[in-house]
Amino acid sequence: MRRGYRNHTLWVAYLLHRLSGVALALFLPVHFWVLSYALNQPEHLDGFLRWSEMGIVKFAEFGLVFLLAAHLFGGLRLMALEWLPWTSGQKTAAAGAVAASTLIAGVFLMRAI
Amino acid sequence: MANETHMSVSVWRGDAVGSFQPFEVKVEDNQTVLDVVAWIQQYADPTLSYRYACRVGMCGSCAMMVNGTPRWTCRTHVKKVLVDGHMQIAPLRNLPVIKDLATDMDPFFDKWVAAEGVHHPTLTRNDPIEALDPAAEARVESAAGIECINCSVCYAACDTVANNPDFLGPAALQRAWSVYNDSKNADKQAVLDAVSGVGGCHNCHSQGSCAVHCPNALNPMNAIAGLKRETARNFFKRRS
Ligand code: HEM
Ligand code: SF4
Ligand code: SF4
Ligand code: FES
Repeated sequence: MRRGYRNHTLWVAYLLHRLSGVALALFLPVHFWVLSYALNQPEHLDGFLRWSEMGIVKFAEFGLVFLLAAHLFGGLRLMALEWLPWTSGQKTAAAGAVAASTLIAGVFLMRAI
Repeated sequence: MANETHMSVSVWRGDAVGSFQPFEVKVEDNQTVLDVVAWIQQYADPTLSYRYACRVGMCGSCAMMVNGTPRWTCRTHVKKVLVDGHMQIAPLRNLPVIKDLATDMDPFFDKWVAAEGVHHPTLTRNDPIEALDPAAEARVESAAGIECINCSVCYAACDTVANNPDFLGPAALQRAWSVYNDSKNADKQAVLDAVSGVGGCHNCHSQGSCAVHCPNALNPMNAIAGLKRETARNFFKRRS
């Protein structure tokens, strides 16, 4: 059961940030290790890239990109919250603007690839 | 059993170790959680320990965990918290339990002093009283936190306090921010030094549980963000 005192948006945002941060810390070393193949053993990298075509792997990669995005925006959110002493109305407006522009930019990106 | 006329109330008995004891209490039209606790102590079990003083939300001594959420019990209506005719009452979280519903609030008050939430005078008693401009920017920041009643609800709600016993906590840091912005406070540096140590403001993860649960609708999270900005500014100023 989630405790009563944790039942609010900012706590959920905190949890997401913590989980995504830890997941990224676990993932990044593996990521760089795979990338190092491009320099040292390109033939291994090709094998890996073929493996990464599989649906399940693709889905896992989507998850990682999502984590990075969630962590990035969570981090930007915290920095805005703590460093820019705005009123909460201004912050809501700014968050809305960021969300809208991300959505539009994302749609452009999807059409490009 | 809980029904139309009675509610079932589980009350913590013991100190750090103990268990919940069930009580049957009559439902009244107007009834606060503190009324229920007082009724139990007066009519069901006189050995129940708890703490209160003003009964009107001024003194900050009656806070308890009600169904797992920290609340001022004297101003929490039973109707608002009853779930299927049941409610659970426990001592405030993050503080040592003395007995039953009474916690030892010393750590909470000690941190208030450790955060330099104390007055550093600019004048002596022989000087004329200095006028304040209530609309000045720093005064508005300072005033935002002065209605704190030291109830420790925010302290009980904060997961950072739970994870780090040295963390000064939301109320003490908010008071430090009020003192910092007070034009009658002579020693800003003492405040910044006190809040930037091991248990200081930088521990806070901006979860905001303090602001959600403060019964006076104060926002210690904002005050802590202010301290983070000022300590950072001060750090760069002192190096250049
Ligand atoms: C990509 C690699 C990254 C890793 C492995 C990582 C990891 C972490 C971890 C483990 C935390 C601790 C969470 C917590 O204290 O609750 C954290 C906090 C934080 N991260 Fe990241 N992070 C990464 C990228 C970023 C980026 C790109 C940003 C900002 C644009 C960012 C901003 C922050 C901020 C502001 C915090 C403080 C959160 C808090 O006080 O709770 N991080 N990060
Ligand atoms: S905002 Fe900071 S002080 Fe307030 S509950 Fe969260 S961690 Fe604690
Ligand atoms: S800030 Fe609010 S919750 Fe915390 S001690 Fe003061 S009045 Fe109570
Ligand atoms: S008894 Fe004083 S605040 Fe509740």
